Amino acid sequence: MSGPLLDIRGLTIGIPNRNGPPLQIVRDLSFDIMPGEIFGLVGESGSGKSASALALMGLNRRPLTTLKGQALYGGQDLLAMSRRSMRKLRGDRISMIFQEPMTALNPLARIGSQIAEMFVLHRGLSWSDARPKAVEALAAVQVPDPEGRARAYPHQLSGGLRQRVMIAVAMACRPDLLIADEPTTALDVTVQAEVLRLIRELCEREGTAVLLISHDLGVIAQMCQRVGVMANGRLLELRDAKALFTDPRHPYTQGLLAALPRLGSRAVEGRHRLADLDTAIDRNAPGFAETYLRPRGEAA
Amino acid sequence: MRMPFRLNLTLGLALVSMVILGAVFAPLLTAHDPILDADLMNSEMPPSWDHWFGTDSQGRDVFSRVLYGARVSLTIGIVAQAINSTIGIALGLSAGYWGGWWDDLVNGLTNLMLAIPSLVFALAIMAVLGPGVVSLLIALGLTNWSWSCRITRGAVMSLKSQGYVQAARTLGYGDIRIMLTQLLPNIVGPVLVMATLGIGEAVLAEAALSFLGLGIRPPAPSWGNMLTDAREAIRSVPWATIFPGLAVFVTVLGFNLLGDGVRDWLDPRMQVRA
Repeated sequence: MSGPLLDIRGLTIGIPNRNGPPLQIVRDLSFDIMPGEIFGLVGESGSGKSASALALMGLNRRPLTTLKGQALYGGQDLLAMSRRSMRKLRGDRISMIFQEPMTALNPLARIGSQIAEMFVLHRGLSWSDARPKAVEALAAVQVPDPEGRARAYPHQLSGGLRQRVMIAVAMACRPDLLIADEPTTALDVTVQAEVLRLIRELCEREGTAVLLISHDLGVIAQMCQRVGVMANGRLLELRDAKALFTDPRHPYTQGLLAALPRLGSRAVEGRHRLADLDTAIDRNAPGFAETYLRPRGEAA
Repeated sequence: MRMPFRLNLTLGLALVSMVILGAVFAPLLTAHDPILDADLMNSEMPPSWDHWFGTDSQGRDVFSRVLYGARVSLTIGIVAQAINSTIGIALGLSAGYWGGWWDDLVNGLTNLMLAIPSLVFALAIMAVLGPGVVSLLIALGLTNWSWSCRITRGAVMSLKSQGYVQAARTLGYGDIRIMLTQLLPNIVGPVLVMATLGIGEAVLAEAALSFLGLGIRPPAPSWGNMLTDAREAIRSVPWATIFPGLAVFVTVLGFNLLGDGVRDWLDPRMQVRA
């Protein structure tokens, strides 16, 4: 392996403000993803995880704007690319799956055609050539009876199956990078484990790198090699997953881990309430004020 | 769920095909010429075996005039509404999806069109182009797209935040492809219902324009000018207005039911699988 697959430097996203400096949502975010790696991005709601992912795809909607930064992919800057060449990359080299499998599929199109359309769109296949490939793709995500399911409509499938179909669509063109934005949040725990295993195995087989976005530390611990912790639009800590969980450095990460409920932990002071994030964070730790700006909801 | 959807579709289909078949096979269905068989000795006769719908003030057979009139009225209704729907959907879809200055422009234009009474606008166009079927199509096809546009735009604006439209964007679909494959099929219901209502409106608008002498020139029959011709004698010769009116009613009802039925039929979620 040579260099990183995707090298993000100083990504800053914000809302331009006519009467002053722009309101920054994500500040100076830098990390890289190696080919075939599963990279985790954790953080609470509103910490800028999804906005960063959408910025990479060039899909942030107004008023969100990418203010600064680079995202180098194979020598090209994704953030400076023309709309047209970015559109060709999307779904082909860089794919994305979402949190909501219930709404992520077009309710009026059959499953098979939605997968087949990827081959038509990015590979220039005819529809008749693309359909058998769609069935293959369904088989690859371990959907039982792929031929029958290809003729089904989304509403006829369960949430777990739909998320598998989404993965099949996203992985149809064997992308280099799969961005999974909270892929299992809407699924129950058993299905969640299956879907995660599927993503891991499929990506391993295809050599696809994954940017896994989650607020679930358990999921991150299970899946990722390296993890970035985000809060308030900043990357606070970027470590090896194992190191992060055993030896968190940043006070926010320490607080985050301390706030996890533990089975059998019945310390006297912990008996009455779960430790919540704001009390678990040591605000007086050195370097805290510079990185973690303010608790949610408090004015700057 | 199953019964009413079938009823709509079959009844609508039956009524519409009855009207269309009547128009197409008019010469086979009646022995009377709608224009030339004016028999003043037999004017204003009530319905009889020879004249099923009676005769009008000039002794022409109302049944044959209704059949031949269907040709004109149906053509104008369907084609004019097709033009309206195409304009309205194209503008509404692009404006709702793209937003921004294009949306402002389309929206302004729509408001402008809604502010001008469409019949008056159509009248102005007819005055410039002169009477005739083609100018009727242009006049009616360009003046009544604002509602389709409105409805399309509204539906698209609520649909474009749906997961599958977002997902399509991340999967590399182009804007036009998203509009045609993701958005259009999902708004087909309201648009179709609008279109079928519009056919009825266009039939009525044709009647109004013909009444003002700018539509179909008499003696050629259209439902509109038949109604206006016989209007004054509605008390003494009711059949001369009832039957063309009934024809308009049946046509509009048929298209509405058909639109409803087709919408349900196209929606896979409405299908009950055994």
